[in-house]
Amino acid sequence: MVNYMTDSIAEITFAQAINRALKDAMVEDDSVICYGLGADDPLRIFSTTKDLVELYPERVFDMPTSENGMTGVGIGAALNGLRPVMTHQRLDFFLLAMDQLVNAAAKWHFMFDAKSTVPIVIRLIIGRGWGQGPTHSQHLHAWFAHIPGLKVIIPTSVNDAYHLLKQSIKDNNPVVFIEHRWLHNQKGSIDTNHKSTLSQAAVVKQGTELTLVSSSYLTVEAIRACEFLEQHDVSVELIDLRTVNPIDWPTIYTSVAKTKRVLVIDAGARTGSISGEIVAQVSEMLFDQLLAAPARMAMPDIPEPTSYSLTKDFYFGAKEIVEKIMTMLGIDIDPTQVDSLNVQGHHDIPGEYFKGPF
Amino acid sequence: MSDLKHFLQHQKTILETLYLIRDIEEGIAERYPQGKMRCPTHLSIGQEGVPAALAPLLKITDLAVSTHRAHAHYLAKGGCPKAMLAEIYGKATGCSGGRGGSMHLIDESVGFKGSTAIVGNTIPIGVGLALAQKIRQETNISVVFVGDGAIEEGVFYEAANFAALKQLPVLFVCENNLYSVYAPLSKRQPVGRKITDVVNGIGINTAIADGNNVVECYQVLSEQIQQIREGRGPRFIEFSTYRWREHCGPNYDNHIGYRTEEEYLAWKAKEPIARFEQWLADYQLMSPTDMAKIRQQIRHKINAAFEFAEVSEFPSADKLANTIYG
Repeated sequence: MVNYMTDSIAEITFAQAINRALKDAMVEDDSVICYGLGADDPLRIFSTTKDLVELYPERVFDMPTSENGMTGVGIGAALNGLRPVMTHQRLDFFLLAMDQLVNAAAKWHFMFDAKSTVPIVIRLIIGRGWGQGPTHSQHLHAWFAHIPGLKVIIPTSVNDAYHLLKQSIKDNNPVVFIEHRWLHNQKGSIDTNHKSTLSQAAVVKQGTELTLVSSSYLTVEAIRACEFLEQHDVSVELIDLRTVNPIDWPTIYTSVAKTKRVLVIDAGARTGSISGEIVAQVSEMLFDQLLAAPARMAMPDIPEPTSYSLTKDFYFGAKEIVEKIMTMLGIDIDPTQVDSLNVQGHHDIPGEYFKGPF
Repeated sequence: MSDLKHFLQHQKTILETLYLIRDIEEGIAERYPQGKMRCPTHLSIGQEGVPAALAPLLKITDLAVSTHRAHAHYLAKGGCPKAMLAEIYGKATGCSGGRGGSMHLIDESVGFKGSTAIVGNTIPIGVGLALAQKIRQETNISVVFVGDGAIEEGVFYEAANFAALKQLPVLFVCENNLYSVYAPLSKRQPVGRKITDVVNGIGINTAIADGNNVVECYQVLSEQIQQIREGRGPRFIEFSTYRWREHCGPNYDNHIGYRTEEEYLAWKAKEPIARFEQWLADYQLMSPTDMAKIRQQIRHKINAAFEFAEVSEFPSADKLANTIYG
């Protein structure tokens, strides 16, 4: 068998990193099982479960279309010595399983006085664009973060996808692991020496004038925004949250105490969002040190529509982030240059390569 | 009886379990008005027959999950009575350290994996326990206790379907006590349709038994459990029974209008303990004197357990935030 563990791996996609993490976890630990709708079908959940059933036919299986029941099955299996990884091709499908997630998985350890643990990982994939519409595109990380007892991981980079999934599987707690579909084809590398750890945000880029806090796919837009601003001598510190329960407050406070300004961007609906929570906490903890009111950009309190025309201006990206930061810092940059940040081509796909499955 | 020899070995355990459940529950009902057991409490009085018959048929390595009305199941699986009562009193020595109360019981040392307060919640969890047993090729089984109300939950069908699909070693024990809180079966399920017909339709073999006839319960359970252990897939048994007191709490509530005193008295006349005692006496398997002696011993044990719960300390809140994650 190939030893996956020795070398760093260059140039693989986010989806391949997920697949690699699953394989490595199953090689290392017999108790890891992997199931979900499509886990062993021809497409293998956007290739993330590729080769697994061939390696471990007893431990990898498709499942009945029973999201709630199968979450409970995973919880029971976890209570009896297994480490299940369940995957849903859309986060929205998993909403059928809130009783099992909230009343059982999240509570079990606490409610039974730490007598047992529920080491289950639930992979949820968020869709966007190509008419995903109101029930295939919900960014509900704040919902899950609201439940004590869950860990909620929302990675951006290929390296984080690999390490954080492996650590989620090793963790003794129920983990909701959220993958943005538009990240699956992002390329990157796995650095076996540079392990990301659960519950720790990443400082993606150092800066001095403003702290930009982001997560998941929006971090891709944030990186573009930061690179543009750097060319115009604006120094932004970028934090990728990676985990939204628990939130890594020390990393945020340290950065904001340095930059004295914070902007939080969030793909979730504005009301009750993670961005709102971060703005509130920073205001409470660092109010005296701030040079500007903490700000956030989040999605409107409106479901994502389906039509190509209705989604045209629905999401914000690098351009809008740059404009917001310019306002916060009171600076001007030539608008035609800012406009160059607009994505060319169709707005509802991450790139021309994206031709399905969606 | 086909397996009389085994039964003779088990009759004492069954009788002890019947007494233990009944007398602990009566003890709770008697003390509940003192206001020291400050949590919703669902008593099993009248429904002791099924868990008592099951008690000697389960191995310590078998697993079980249960519902809001779990005292009898916990005790029948061998759960510690002291830890259960201390839990209901909210004490640090409680089986869940005072975090769970009457509806959240656990005793990992005997394979009682947990009871929870949401109807249907533990059904798929019990099936998941069995999935792990099957993957490890064990001969242990998992018992899922449900009531007639849980059959109306969607998750029952999801879990039962998966148990049938994978032929998992699950025993569904359905105690049909005719009521979901105050709603009779006739308001909830089509009259004339049998629960076992529905379950058969899913592809699970079923059986029915009089849940107040302990000997019959034992025979049916013994046979079905044997089949599960032989790897022949899940089984579902529906037992007819009746709770004597209110849905939640220590009182009788036959006067409030959802059922009649006559119905209650008719069921009380068929109560499991007296019938079993009579049966043991009729077949001269145990003398009334010996039975009285056993009950006396059980009552001593119960009194000691109440004493333990009363004198135990309340838990400290210091550790709450540190046990969110394991």
